[in-house]
Amino acid sequence: MDHIFEKYILKKPENLIPLLQEIQKENGYLTDEIIERVSAHLNIPTNKIYGVATFYDQFRFKQKGKYHIQVCRGTSCYLCSSTSYLKEIEKLLKVKAGSLSRDKKFSFETVSCMGGCSQSPVIRINDKTYHHLSLAELHTLIRSLREKTE
Amino acid sequence: MPTQAITDNRAFLVEKVIKNYSGIFDASTTERVAVIRRDKISRPVIYLGTGTSGSISGAKATLGKINSYLSEARFSADIIEVGCTGFCSAEPLLDIQLPGKTRLSFRNVTEDKVEDILNSVFHHTLPDDHILGQYKQDGLEEWPNIPMLEQISWFSLQRRHILKNAGIISPASIEDYIVRGGYKSLYKTVLNYPADKICEIIEQSELRGRGGGGYPTGKKWKVALDTAGDQKFMICNADESDPGAFMDRAVIESDPHRVIEGIAIAAYAIGASQAIIYVRTDYENSLKILEQAIGQAKDYGMIGEDIFGSGFNLSVSIRQGAGAFVCGEETALLSSLEGQRGLPRSKPPFPAEKGLWEHPTVINNVETLANVPGILENGPGWFKAVGTKYSKGTKLFSIAGKSVYTGFIEVPMGLTFSTIISQIAGGVKDGRALKAVQLGGPSGVCIPPADLETPLDYEALSDKGVNLGLGGLIILDDKTCMVNLARYFIEFLQNESCGKCIPCREGTSKMLDILEGITKRPKEESTHETLERFKGVVQLENLASVIRDTSLCGLGRNAPNPVLSSLKWFREEFEEHIFDRKCSAGVCHDLRSFYIDVDLCNGCNICQKKCPENAIVGSLKMPHFIIESKCTGCAICFDACKFSAIFFK
Ligand SMILES: Cc1cc2nc3c(=O)[nH]c(=O)nc-3n(C[C@H](O)[C@H](O)[C@H](O)COP(=O)(O)O)c2cc1C
Repeated sequence: MDHIFEKYILKKPENLIPLLQEIQKENGYLTDEIIERVSAHLNIPTNKIYGVATFYDQFRFKQKGKYHIQVCRGTSCYLCSSTSYLKEIEKLLKVKAGSLSRDKKFSFETVSCMGGCSQSPVIRINDKTYHHLSLAELHTLIRSLREKTE
Repeated sequence: MPTQAITDNRAFLVEKVIKNYSGIFDASTTERVAVIRRDKISRPVIYLGTGTSGSISGAKATLGKINSYLSEARFSADIIEVGCTGFCSAEPLLDIQLPGKTRLSFRNVTEDKVEDILNSVFHHTLPDDHILGQYKQDGLEEWPNIPMLEQISWFSLQRRHILKNAGIISPASIEDYIVRGGYKSLYKTVLNYPADKICEIIEQSELRGRGGGGYPTGKKWKVALDTAGDQKFMICNADESDPGAFMDRAVIESDPHRVIEGIAIAAYAIGASQAIIYVRTDYENSLKILEQAIGQAKDYGMIGEDIFGSGFNLSVSIRQGAGAFVCGEETALLSSLEGQRGLPRSKPPFPAEKGLWEHPTVINNVETLANVPGILENGPGWFKAVGTKYSKGTKLFSIAGKSVYTGFIEVPMGLTFSTIISQIAGGVKDGRALKAVQLGGPSGVCIPPADLETPLDYEALSDKGVNLGLGGLIILDDKTCMVNLARYFIEFLQNESCGKCIPCREGTSKMLDILEGITKRPKEESTHETLERFKGVVQLENLASVIRDTSLCGLGRNAPNPVLSSLKWFREEFEEHIFDRKCSAGVCHDLRSFYIDVDLCNGCNICQKKCPENAIVGSLKMPHFIIESKCTGCAICFDACKFSAIFFK
């Protein structure tokens, strides 16, 4: 992570959010150690950093699974019953949105809108976005990912 | 391509094209421009829409298939990745242009369709299916019996100024933009006009901010220009925080240089040397495209130091939002840029006087800025010629939800809802009835069918108490429950309330409680709770006026809109939920009543065993019966029944 800190040498408060963003991109989530290091680096108290980071939905304090599932909850997807995806995934993975499955393979969360409204409902797993999946297709997809061993 | 050639093209484009005032080219320039524009090609060109909606629809797989087809068939062709024309429901869109012939467009080209289509076109025949139309291109041979794209219903009513290049050019190529007139307006601006003249031209055009407020853009620039300050900032608001709106994203992905040129002109007009584009977190493709475009613009000298030798300097940087709806609001956006929690500030002072770190700052929406190069190129009169009395120009709308076609469009201000829905979007999907059109994001309103003749412009809408917002239209069919939808929006707003002011924070939370009470059915309800539910509508109305009148920023002030508009136009649906405990749209699951079809039930007894409320009676091998007063609508029996004998109303 050193290279990210090196990019933001200036102790400017406006570097806080971009710095956290880049770290999260690399590490997947933020930890106490990271927050402390950022605090020392930018000279901003940790409570202030927590205050900022918890304000924004983007920042995550829990580990991501190998497969990170994002269910869109935007208006268009909501109307095209993306809620049924949510329920189905909760049932399949036995976890609630925002958490990690027992085997650490899956994490899932809802997002407010992916901008894929013309293709609603959409759902993203890692980098791939799917649209108009039936519940059965979703089932098969998740099962195949679960069984995949690498 | 060797670097030598690129540098050559750059010098050619800057000296011969951008700086050519008359726009009249000599023969060799004309020839070279035609080649760069790909009007004149020596081998086939395949264009594929790989913007967000294209990618979601499978464009990447289509691309893979095109490549493998070409290498197997030993055909040589150029492949150009383009953004989106706006006809998203037809994605993946694939265009093919053969030398000497017009560009043909095909819709819904998933990977399995590639071979068929390419095979036919390369052999100068046409496949039976998937043809959308052909582009109008002077001097090229037309395909017989194929409609012009501009004639098909999705496009025929559009007036494409901002979207002129969308889906046609490569967003990864600054050359594509320049040979279509790009960066000429910037050149004209920095060389010919003092800053106040630019503000004046924009003011004369009567361009109004497309971010929702509709504030006159030229006026805002003038305030920033006239405010003393050694440092000023130009900010492009690309947060597009309304779920259901995606046209800002589309403009950036399809024609990024138009936005950058608009930013550069705006920065010049207000005297700013720093510009920031604030892009929504989830828009990864937009970020990538913008980064690339900014790099090219720097390389070409369109931004950076001493632009066109005028002494005007401009650095443009990108900042990624962090997923907070309120940060679309300009003062919250500023807080976020300063590294704070995205809390809005009270106005005045307005950002144009005291913005980023107290410096004069102009914040404009993507679409507002994308309008600017065209106004400078064609004059304010050209811009004003389109639109209505107080709302000039065109407006982008995104269309999503239950219409036959979805995507984004650019139409003259003042078209009616019904024209857009029936003529452009093809009406409601699956032959269902239209229930309402949702407009203006989560704090917007639902327009009932009776009001669909309202023109879409700032005045006509504000007469009805409606805010145009960013221009996201969501088509709702008769399977939509308006109470549940209002609950959804309030839940969203309550989640996104930044918590700074009490009316918004507590008010939305109380509203949500009431709406949940109306849409859910508790196992047991005390008489007090029943009474509270009965008072629901009155309480909602009271709360709404307090939240509206006392909140700090637009989020809170507009938060009651979805509830108020639904109460106004769909009141009977609220009453049905409250008094009859029914949801005729069948959306509020708790309020469903389940019944057993005696003809289908064979008395297997499974439902009775599974019912947690003991609401099902009947003896083995005899049709069963559900006691309505005991049923909580959990649907366990419905899921358990193997004979589809259980249904709900
Ligand atoms: C809650 C809220 C959210 C907003 N979201 C956006 C947005 O996503 N994009 C945008 O351009 N303007 C948004 N605005 C409007 C901005 O505050 C601001 O008026 C606009 O960016 C100014 O640009 P314009 O004059 O070009 O319209 C929002 C306003 C509010 C109150």
